[in-house]
Amino acid sequence: MATHVAHDETDFAPPAEVAEVPLYHPKTFIGKYIWSQDAKIIAIQYAVTAIGIGLVALVFSWLMRLQLGFPGRFDWITPTTYLQLVSMHGMIMVIYLLTALFLGGFGNYLIPLMVGARDMVFPYVNMLSYWIYLLAVVLLVVSFFVPGGPTGAGWTLYPPQAILDGTPGSHFGILLMLVSLAVFVIGFTMGGLNYVVTVLQARTRGMTLMRLPLTVWGIFMATILALLAFPALFVSAIMMFLDLTLGTSFFMPALVSKGQQLNYSGGNPLLFQHLFWFFGHPEVYIVALPAFGIVSDLIATHARKNIFGYRMMVWAILIIGGLSFVVWAHHMYVSGMHPYFGFFFATTTLVIAVPTAIKVYNWVLTLWRGNIRLTVPMLFAIAFVFTFVNGGLSGLFLGNVVVDLPLSDTMFVVAHFHMVMGIAPVLVVFGAIYHWYPKITGRMLDEPLGKVHFWITFVGTYAIFYPMHYLGFMGIPRRYYAIGGTSFIPDSAHLLNVWISLAAFVVGAAQMAFLYNLVHSYFRGKPSGGNPWHSTTLEWQTPQTPPTHGNFGKELPVVYRWAYDYGIPGLKTDFIPQNVPPADVPAEAWARTPHHEG
Amino acid sequence: MTIALAFLTVLMAVIVVWLLRQTVNVQPWQAQPAGVEVSVPAPRPAIQTALWVFLCVATSLFVLFVSAYSMRLGLADWTPLPRPRLLTLNTALLVGASLAMQWAVHAARRGEPADLRRGLATGGLLTVGFLAGQLAVWMQLDDAGWFVSTSAASAFFYLFTAVHGLHVLGGLVAWARAWKRAWRDPDPSRIRLAVQLCATYWHFLLVVWVALYALLVSDVLGLAICSSTPL
Repeated sequence: MATHVAHDETDFAPPAEVAEVPLYHPKTFIGKYIWSQDAKIIAIQYAVTAIGIGLVALVFSWLMRLQLGFPGRFDWITPTTYLQLVSMHGMIMVIYLLTALFLGGFGNYLIPLMVGARDMVFPYVNMLSYWIYLLAVVLLVVSFFVPGGPTGAGWTLYPPQAILDGTPGSHFGILLMLVSLAVFVIGFTMGGLNYVVTVLQARTRGMTLMRLPLTVWGIFMATILALLAFPALFVSAIMMFLDLTLGTSFFMPALVSKGQQLNYSGGNPLLFQHLFWFFGHPEVYIVALPAFGIVSDLIATHARKNIFGYRMMVWAILIIGGLSFVVWAHHMYVSGMHPYFGFFFATTTLVIAVPTAIKVYNWVLTLWRGNIRLTVPMLFAIAFVFTFVNGGLSGLFLGNVVVDLPLSDTMFVVAHFHMVMGIAPVLVVFGAIYHWYPKITGRMLDEPLGKVHFWITFVGTYAIFYPMHYLGFMGIPRRYYAIGGTSFIPDSAHLLNVWISLAAFVVGAAQMAFLYNLVHSYFRGKPSGGNPWHSTTLEWQTPQTPPTHGNFGKELPVVYRWAYDYGIPGLKTDFIPQNVPPADVPAEAWARTPHHEG
Repeated sequence: MTIALAFLTVLMAVIVVWLLRQTVNVQPWQAQPAGVEVSVPAPRPAIQTALWVFLCVATSLFVLFVSAYSMRLGLADWTPLPRPRLLTLNTALLVGASLAMQWAVHAARRGEPADLRRGLATGGLLTVGFLAGQLAVWMQLDDAGWFVSTSAASAFFYLFTAVHGLHVLGGLVAWARAWKRAWRDPDPSRIRLAVQLCATYWHFLLVVWVALYALLVSDVLGLAICSSTPL
């Protein structure tokens, strides 16, 4: 048990009530880096796998844009292939990339370090979590190569069409997809238990909940959402699996396919939609809440200012999480629901704007008169705030039943959700990687190249998705292989599609520069030192960079303050790390501290 | 989905109260020594918290299955299946298993290794009996012409019993580990936690089963899968 040397009477930290659990120490290379039980290695495994499969989905989006921008030019993209590309792009990006990267990647790396723990509480289960996730990814990839190819039912996999002949991959493709999802949920649950229990139980002394960095809050609440919402995906996957394999009729109605009466009777396709969206909507916030948390920390650190309204931020995260469970049917306005039902869901949907707006105002108020440093992470953080607001505003359109009905299934919807849950979280992913890369590798990413990457990505994504809103207003449907010479579609729409495609290729190419930066800087980057951003949180206070197994050397840190003591006048450095006791801070600094608003 | 929403509302209420207790009268921007007034995480074993979190996840799963069931139920092709009499016996076995587990916990608290082993053994045996009984019910139904895909009601019956059975099987893995340690180590205080966790999980499985059982056979809620015709 660690003993603590008191600086004076008031600085005395009580001895730890729970003795430290001995760490597992791997002896071989394989134990250290392959079957690793160290959360930091697992985090990197998660991140590399997620980014790897995400690149596949990125390539898929290029192929889709080739078809949409230049219809008829590439005859190897058939309607079947196109539907499969759409489905796999969506599925991979939402679940296998974003969910896995935010929770498995950033969660694993940051939670133990930020709460002052040596590792996750169940390292072995944590390791299993990654390998099961990898199995889910492998199953998904295998489905590309089975007869019939992957499923082309859209990422929403709506029955009955998902398992009927005529839909691409309606046998092996959908089968592997459902199994892969179920496996993913099992793997995630193992990881999720770890993240939640580590935050609840393994915080170091003095790290009260209200001193947690908002990154941890975001990941923590997102994990709770995921633990409760993923069972809905699991349930729908299992039931559709039974419909497919054993011929039950959970979702499959009595129907005639290709002139033949099928053996199904009386199932309810809407039931699937309810279950799917009961998972699907919280999923948006499973991706968004970690992004909210991370962005709060990026903004506070790089604007050298305490986060505005910390407690409000925590409560907003909780309220958003709670509300995200009662809005799911706004994805189903066109399914023919009772008007009062639609009214209810429109109301709850619009109410979410309130806590979300609180967060946006608080980010802006944190920037207000801050000592803003336009570092690459900060650029991405600010870009996130813009993009999230823009994407959120088109959400107000779609949240209203009467406006949604004509816009449903048009490119407007595609533009909306790409802005709000595609581009916005990905901007945070980039910001976070630029921010924490020095801690992970001990080297800085190249800044000029990072700025090039940022500007092309930021401007480029607007070039892609802004025009799509107009296409949607014109009534151009989504998921169509080709729109042909439909009379209501003007030539300019085709021209716009060419433009969007070109922009998409440029933005995609810019990501290659990012990958180059990641690899190049790992070997040749400028050494970063332990705390290049002058940050207060515990992960920057580790004795070694990158942190070694066990994170904090012989003794765990003791926490005396919140994570936002930035911009303190009267100090040599303008910040106070969380583990600096009050007695070590000169009194005159405190007398002039301006940060006493809540 | 009303049932799922009710469960989530309760859970959210718990989280809100918990967070209120953490935030009221707390001024996070004030630096403080890590002294008495700064609370440290409760000295509860992490595995216990993990079990409770897992129980929430499992409850969410079962609640969603039941929600799906209650929505599917109203449709025209719903033909109830006969009520297997064996279910009553199986329920009794699971109640017995739960009681035996609780007995083992008391034995561990009192420090009586022999009773502890007896309790664990009885609990395990009765649980295996429960699973065997469930399998027998499946075979009876199959013989009577009710298989998974026969009707929506039978599909849900098999689904519910299978998902619950798999959770019981998972519990038996934990039980086997506790059992091994109970034989190796005569000191009951060392495995008290393991037995306690097993007992909690068994009580949970019992509650879930009783709820499902009520759903399967009782027409009080108007949700019964089985008709009153016995099998």
